[in-house]
Amino acid sequence: MSNTVETGQITDAKTRYSAGVLKYMQMGYWVPDYVPSATDTICLFRITPQDGVDPEEAAAAVAGESSTATWTVVWTDRLTACDSYRAKAYKVIPVPNNPGQYFAYVAYDLILFEEGSISNMTASLIGNVFSFKPLKAARLEDIRLPVAYIKTFKGPPTGLVVERERLDKFGRPLLGATTKPKLGLSGRNYGRVIYEGLKGGLDFMKDDENINSQPFMHWRDRFLYVMDGVNKAQAATGEIKGSYLNVTGATMEDIYERAEFAKELGSVVIMLDLVIGWAAIQSMANWARKNDMIVHMHRAGHGTYTRQKNHGVSFRVIAKWLRLAGVDHLHTGTAVGKLEGDPLTVQGYYNVCRDSYTVTDLPRGIYFDQDWADTKKVMPVASGGIHAGQMHQLLDLFGDDVILQFGGGTIGHPQGIQAGAVANRVALETMVKARNEGRNIAQEGPQILRKAAQSCGPLKAALDTWGDITFNYASTDSSDYVATPAMSA
Amino acid sequence: MMTNPTGRLTQGQFSFLPELTDAEITLQIEYGLGKGYAWSVEYTDDPHPRNTYWDMYGMPMFDLQDAAGVLQELTACRQAFPRHYIRLMAFNATRGVESVAMCFIVNRPPVEHGFMLERQEAQGRNLRYTTSGYGVSRPEGERY
Repeated sequence: MSNTVETGQITDAKTRYSAGVLKYMQMGYWVPDYVPSATDTICLFRITPQDGVDPEEAAAAVAGESSTATWTVVWTDRLTACDSYRAKAYKVIPVPNNPGQYFAYVAYDLILFEEGSISNMTASLIGNVFSFKPLKAARLEDIRLPVAYIKTFKGPPTGLVVERERLDKFGRPLLGATTKPKLGLSGRNYGRVIYEGLKGGLDFMKDDENINSQPFMHWRDRFLYVMDGVNKAQAATGEIKGSYLNVTGATMEDIYERAEFAKELGSVVIMLDLVIGWAAIQSMANWARKNDMIVHMHRAGHGTYTRQKNHGVSFRVIAKWLRLAGVDHLHTGTAVGKLEGDPLTVQGYYNVCRDSYTVTDLPRGIYFDQDWADTKKVMPVASGGIHAGQMHQLLDLFGDDVILQFGGGTIGHPQGIQAGAVANRVALETMVKARNEGRNIAQEGPQILRKAAQSCGPLKAALDTWGDITFNYASTDSSDYVATPAMSA
Repeated sequence: MMTNPTGRLTQGQFSFLPELTDAEITLQIEYGLGKGYAWSVEYTDDPHPRNTYWDMYGMPMFDLQDAAGVLQELTACRQAFPRHYIRLMAFNATRGVESVAMCFIVNRPPVEHGFMLERQEAQGRNLRYTTSGYGVSRPEGERY
C-alpha cells in the first residue's frame, strides 16, 4: 500500500465502507484543499497528539469525533449524505514556541447544529472529542460562527445599549460592588451594605456567586431587604440603582420562582451563575426578554476549563456562546486585579462581547473575523481585586462600556462603605473627564488621581490604603503570537 | 436637601465633581464633536430618575461642528430656565449604538429638594415603593 492510500481519503466507495478500522484521514475527515463556506462553523483546536500520532491524523480524529465518526467503519453511513455531515479538518500548523502542539482548523456544515441551541453545539464541539485517547490534550481556542447560525439566536435579552437607556447612565463605565463577606450576613445586615454602597455613588451592588439560600439568609429575606436598600438609595440620589439578585437555585422551578419574586419587587436586574448550564441560561434569557429584566452572568466555574492553555475551552469561545445564549452582563476579567488574565487576552474577551464585527487579532487571541449580524452587545464586567488607584488603567484598557466592580475596594474603605463608593465614583468621573479633555491618562493617571484626592477625603484615604497594591503574576493564558507580561501598576 | 454625599442629584457623568466651568464644558463638547456626536440641550423641573423625556431646548444640533455654537445654546437655555435642571447630551447615530453617548448636568436649581420614598405595605412582607419629587406637587415652572 502506498502512503497516499494509507493517509489520503479513500474515494473508492467499496473499499471505504468495507468493515474494519481505517484512519480518520482515510475516512474523509482530513480535506486539505477544503475551502470553508460562509455558512460553515469553523473551530480552531489546539491539539497535543500522543507520541507517534501524526498531527494531520489527530486533526482528522478531532473532526471525526466531533461530528459523525465512530472508531470503526459502519455501513449505515451509506444511508446518509455522509460527505456533507463529516466535519473537515483542513489546516494544521505548529503552535509557535510550543513543541508537540498544533493548531487544527475544522469546518462544520450548518446542518450539524440545532438552530438556537448552545447545548447541541457544545455537545458536538466539546463533547466526546475531549476525552479521545490519541490526544494527550485538546483545547478549543476560537470559533467562527456563521451569520446563518447566529441569526437563529435572540442574543442578549437587553443588551448594553438598551441597558444604558433604561438606567439613564451614559458616557462612563458603570460602578458596582460585590457584597462582602460572601457568606454569613443576615438579610438585614446584607441590605445595609447595599444601601450604603448605592447611596455613596455606585450604580449596582451584587450578590456573590455562592449566595443562594443558605441557613443564615433565606433568599426571600435577602431580596426584600436588598430592594429596600435599592429604593432608599434611589430616592436619596435621584439616580436609578440596582442590585444583581442571584436567582441561581437547585432546579429550574427554584430559579423561576426567585426570578418572579425579583420582578415583583421591582428589581431591574437578576443574576445567574454559569454553572446552571446552557439550557437553563437560554430558558432564563427567554424569561428575561418577557419581563424586561437585565441578566447578569457570573462565570463561576469557568476557570476549571478555560485557564490552562493546553486543554479545555478558551473563555473567548465561552463568551461568544454566552452572547448568543443571551446574557446582558458577563464577567470577563480585570487584567490588573487578583484573577487570571493577561491584558491583551482579556481585551479580546471584551471585544467579543461588545463588537458589531470582530476583526482577527492574534495578539488578543482572536483568530477569526466574526460578523455579529447585529446581535445585541454584552456589557463586560471587571471584578476581582481592583481599586480606585487603578482607575486610569481600567479606563484605558476597557473604555466606557464596562462595569467596574470594587467589592473589597468599596466595603473595605477605612471610612466606611459610603466613603468607599464616593472614592470610586470621584476617581471614575475625574478620569473620564480628564480623558475627554485630551489628557494621556495611562501616563498621567496617578497624578490626576492625587490631584482629585486633594479635594476628596475618601479618595485620598483609598489611595493611601491601596495605592500600591498590585497582583503582578505571570498569566497562564496568553497569546502565542506576542510576549505579554502581566500588567503592573 | 438631598442627603447623599454630594448633597445633590447624582445623574449624569460628572455630578460627583465640582461644577464644570464653561471652559471645561467646551472641552467635553469638543470631545463629543470629535467622535461625530450630535449635541443637544434639555431642561426639566421634574428630575425623577425615571423621567426620560426632559424638554428639548431646540433640536439636536446634528450639523453644528462648533463648540462655541453649542455653548451658545446652553447659555440661552440657562437664561430662559435659570432654576431648572439642564443637561447636555451627545447622540451617537452609529449603527448598533443609535443612542445617547454622553450626558451631564450643567445647571441646577439653587436648592435641590430631592425625593420622597413612599412604602405601601402589600401582601406578606412585600412593599411597593414609589419615588416622588418633593417639588412636583406644584405646577410645572413653579417647582424650584
